Amino acid sequence: MNKKMLAEEIIRISGTDPKKCMKCGKCSGSCPAYDDMEYHPHQFVSMIINGNVDPLMVSESVYSCLTCFACAERCPRGVEPAKLIEAVRLFKLREKGKNRMSAEDVSAFCDADMPQQAIVSAFRKYAK
Amino acid sequence: MQRIGVFVCWCGSNIAGTVDVKQVAKALENEPGVVYSTDYQYMCSQAGQDMIVNAVKEHRLTGIVVCSCSPRMHEQTFRKTAAKAGLNPYMVEIANIREQCSWVHKDMIVGTEKAIILGKAAVAKVNLNAPLTPGESPVTKRALVIGGGIAGIQTALDIADAGFEVDIVEKKPTIGGKMAQLDKTFPTLDCAACILTPKMVDVAQHEKIRVFSFSEVSEVSGFVGNFEVTIKKKARYVKEDICTGCGACVDKCPVKKVPNEFNLGMDNRKAIYIPFAQAVPKVATIDPNACNMLKAGKCGVCSKVCTAGAIDYTQKDELVTEKYGAIVVATGFEPISMEKFDEYAYSQSKDVITSLEFERLTNAAGPTQGKLLRPSDLKHPEKIVFVQCVGSRCASCAEKGKEYCSKICCMYTAKHAMLTRDKYPDTDVTVFYIDVRTPGKNFDEFYRRATEDYGVKYIKGMVGKIVPEGDKLHVQGSDLIANEQVHIDADLVVLAAAIEPDKSARPLATMLTASMDTNDFFTEAHPKLRPVESPTAGVFLSGACQGPKDIPETVSQAGAAAAKVIGLLAKDKLLGNPCVASSDENMCNGCSSCANVCPYGAITYEDKEFRMPDRTIQVRRIAKVNPAVCQGCGCCTVTCPSGAMDLRGFTNSQIMAEVDAICK
Amino acid sequence: MKVTYFPGCTLKNKAKDLDRYARECAEILGITLEEAENWQCCGGVFTTAGDEIATKLSSVRVLKAAKEKGEALVTVCSACHNVVKQTNYAMQNDRSFADKVNRYMADEEPYNGETQIYHYLELLRDVVGFDKLREKVVNPLKGKKIGAYYGCLLLRPGKVMGLDDPENPTVMEELIRALGAEPVVFANRNECCGGYVFAENPELAKKKSTAVLSNAKANGADMVITACPLCKYNLQKSASDVPVVYFTELLAEALGVKESCNE
Repeated sequence: MNKKMLAEEIIRISGTDPKKCMKCGKCSGSCPAYDDMEYHPHQFVSMIINGNVDPLMVSESVYSCLTCFACAERCPRGVEPAKLIEAVRLFKLREKGKNRMSAEDVSAFCDADMPQQAIVSAFRKYAK
Repeated sequence: MQRIGVFVCWCGSNIAGTVDVKQVAKALENEPGVVYSTDYQYMCSQAGQDMIVNAVKEHRLTGIVVCSCSPRMHEQTFRKTAAKAGLNPYMVEIANIREQCSWVHKDMIVGTEKAIILGKAAVAKVNLNAPLTPGESPVTKRALVIGGGIAGIQTALDIADAGFEVDIVEKKPTIGGKMAQLDKTFPTLDCAACILTPKMVDVAQHEKIRVFSFSEVSEVSGFVGNFEVTIKKKARYVKEDICTGCGACVDKCPVKKVPNEFNLGMDNRKAIYIPFAQAVPKVATIDPNACNMLKAGKCGVCSKVCTAGAIDYTQKDELVTEKYGAIVVATGFEPISMEKFDEYAYSQSKDVITSLEFERLTNAAGPTQGKLLRPSDLKHPEKIVFVQCVGSRCASCAEKGKEYCSKICCMYTAKHAMLTRDKYPDTDVTVFYIDVRTPGKNFDEFYRRATEDYGVKYIKGMVGKIVPEGDKLHVQGSDLIANEQVHIDADLVVLAAAIEPDKSARPLATMLTASMDTNDFFTEAHPKLRPVESPTAGVFLSGACQGPKDIPETVSQAGAAAAKVIGLLAKDKLLGNPCVASSDENMCNGCSSCANVCPYGAITYEDKEFRMPDRTIQVRRIAKVNPAVCQGCGCCTVTCPSGAMDLRGFTNSQIMAEVDAICK
Repeated sequence: MKVTYFPGCTLKNKAKDLDRYARECAEILGITLEEAENWQCCGGVFTTAGDEIATKLSSVRVLKAAKEKGEALVTVCSACHNVVKQTNYAMQNDRSFADKVNRYMADEEPYNGETQIYHYLELLRDVVGFDKLREKVVNPLKGKKIGAYYGCLLLRPGKVMGLDDPENPTVMEELIRALGAEPVVFANRNECCGGYVFAENPELAKKKSTAVLSNAKANGADMVITACPLCKYNLQKSASDVPVVYFTELLAEALGVKESCNE
């Protein structure tokens, strides 16, 4: 898949339109995981517009997004960067053998208080 | 039978680029009634018009079809040309082969075919045209200005200086509007009050100007030159003509804790109040929701201390009806509510304020006497963060805020930042911006001074969240140039709230039948060429009611609106539009359908005696159209079930002839 | 009044308190929470991609179950609520998604988002009413200063959830007031606790949760309430000493049934 097609596929999966972005940076001003990301929400949007998706595909940033939707809620243009990040993450996880987490990993972080919801959510975010 | 001339315009290449004009002229030559057909490069030019005048004479034309641009552009031009040639101007029809044809088609064959069809329709119509003569109506030589801010004040002064009477209706107890609340004005930093209050005094003293303060327009009828307007003078419980504005009542009033609107609720006023020292009229007003006497019948202190005897607790709202020739809308703007943007904690902290509140905090007549003290604890803020574009430039899908740029915020924020650094050099001032927009005379230079001379820090980025904690406001934002998320512990945050039209504008537009855009700004008759006129004849626009504007722009537009009003009032009589509806009394059955749909109230009914074939007399109810009020919209003609109603210049038979010509 | 109830996996296990108190209190307020039959786990998070079908079917099934009974669907857990409401919104507004889902479940009756969904808090506000709730309070929680923590899932995306103003919510504050306590508004009440990221980056989760509770404490809260088991877990692992309880526990206490629930 070439660069342009990849960007288009990401946009299709996300269901959002990055071209609406006016580059205000409110997404990155809202992001609670900013400092743990290599590429920040506003960069996701602009890199996808520019078809520069490869660096995102190999970046750890997608796993730091909390899907808290603060960027989407506060975006003045309705771009919803969280959906673009989710699309990149899904695109990666959908590739065969690219699961980030497996059942064996659970014992490493699980403790007695951990709610079932936490494990289920983590699997949905880190595995396919 | 008409003798029709057809004139096909090239409009340079605008039409000729996609329409074969020669072929159009040739095709129309054979239409019924056409005796002459030609084409020319610019029909609206002097040479083109001369060509029409000569053809009328030479070929004894009785009707003219011009195939050119939209009638909105040049119908008047060609009607005048016809009149010059001795024809009735209403014997001219325009076939719009530019906007509706050449500009929307790319293919010459298709474009030419459509142009011919449009030309045929116009020819079919002219065959049925009859000469029309407009009626005349007198002009009431007085103007009404709705809104007493700087826009209304300037318009009123300019009209009055030309010698015409003007009334200003202002809903608040004083004129002055938003400008009266400002501290200094960009880009020259002169004090707003110093330049505004002399104008307010001029208004008060002008023999041609009357001010209806604390009043609202409640009803409008009539038409250009002859409006009748009902003004509601709200009860202020003080006799305006007797009150001297001494303020003794205010001093003694025991109700002290009413939020002061003029200072945006940042301090309190009394139940009887004068909004500010230079108010015009300088008259007290009682707030009935706060006054003990009006609420419970107990107190009466103001009445006792008023030596002039101006207090009147029994005062009622009063309706006044006046006639006007022209109406100017100058209803202004309001900052939007910050309710939907609580990520900035406006509702949670007193130290998150709007820019208009900042104006009051720095104004010598404001709640802190001009000392910059933050509202929560009256301490001097050492770190101030300004956030621009709060609620401006929001896409409709974001479901909050406004889609447009509010235009004034970049400049006033630069002003606030600069003045703060000038007066309190120890203060750290940061501005978050998306773009800095400064396209005005000396505007960019002004903004550059804020950074270069006064050390204001500008960060390209946006604040995402403000968290009040302790006596600090944690500001979290992005710095897009540094590619960092920044965290600032601020003492005061100032939000540049988007501006929107005043809430009174929408109901007023309905009363005036003046159109508005989706944002409730009044629409101008033409965005470039008629920017101060509403499409409704006799209604003019001044200031921010038409779109976001700063003071210099508002004052220019206010003067322009005044010039248009003066041009109208200088006329003794106005020519009406002869293309009005009329009812055939023999066919009318008096059903009221037409009156129910008429937006202008132009239709009334009367009982008329008809002599029947058997010589009996029958009384029937029939519709009558007032031609001076009718605007020729045609609603009634399509509603009339019996076909009695017809529109001159656009009769049912003319329109059917056009349709037939197109469908042939 | 009877409603279909979707407890979700956590309320059957680690968050039994949240479930027990919710049912008992609803009875007092005249509402029976009848557990949907054969419900399946919601999946914990709603995948925003429009082409994800399978992960959303469990939500569609429970929505359909409620529709068939002609009842509203009630959830208590924030995560379940978010997933079910977002799925329902997609079924109403995304034609191609709804078609795919209905084709996938070809043997079943088509569903187009007809079911009314209430979060338990909405039930209290919109069906019971806080005034009526106040009348039923037997142990007013006088003198308690309580911060309401909403997190993300109850509020965002605001357009879809429609539960409250996503930046300035009031429903839990009104609840606290109705129970006789004093609500403490703090700005971080709608900031993320860290969510599922603890599995990937526990430090980040801890940082976020600590910021939430320290902000609540700085504004004077002695206690924080939540509707979400994951939020509660993360907040309790943070470096703060502010107690975090489910809102239903507080409700049960004020309605005088906390003891009986625990018998």
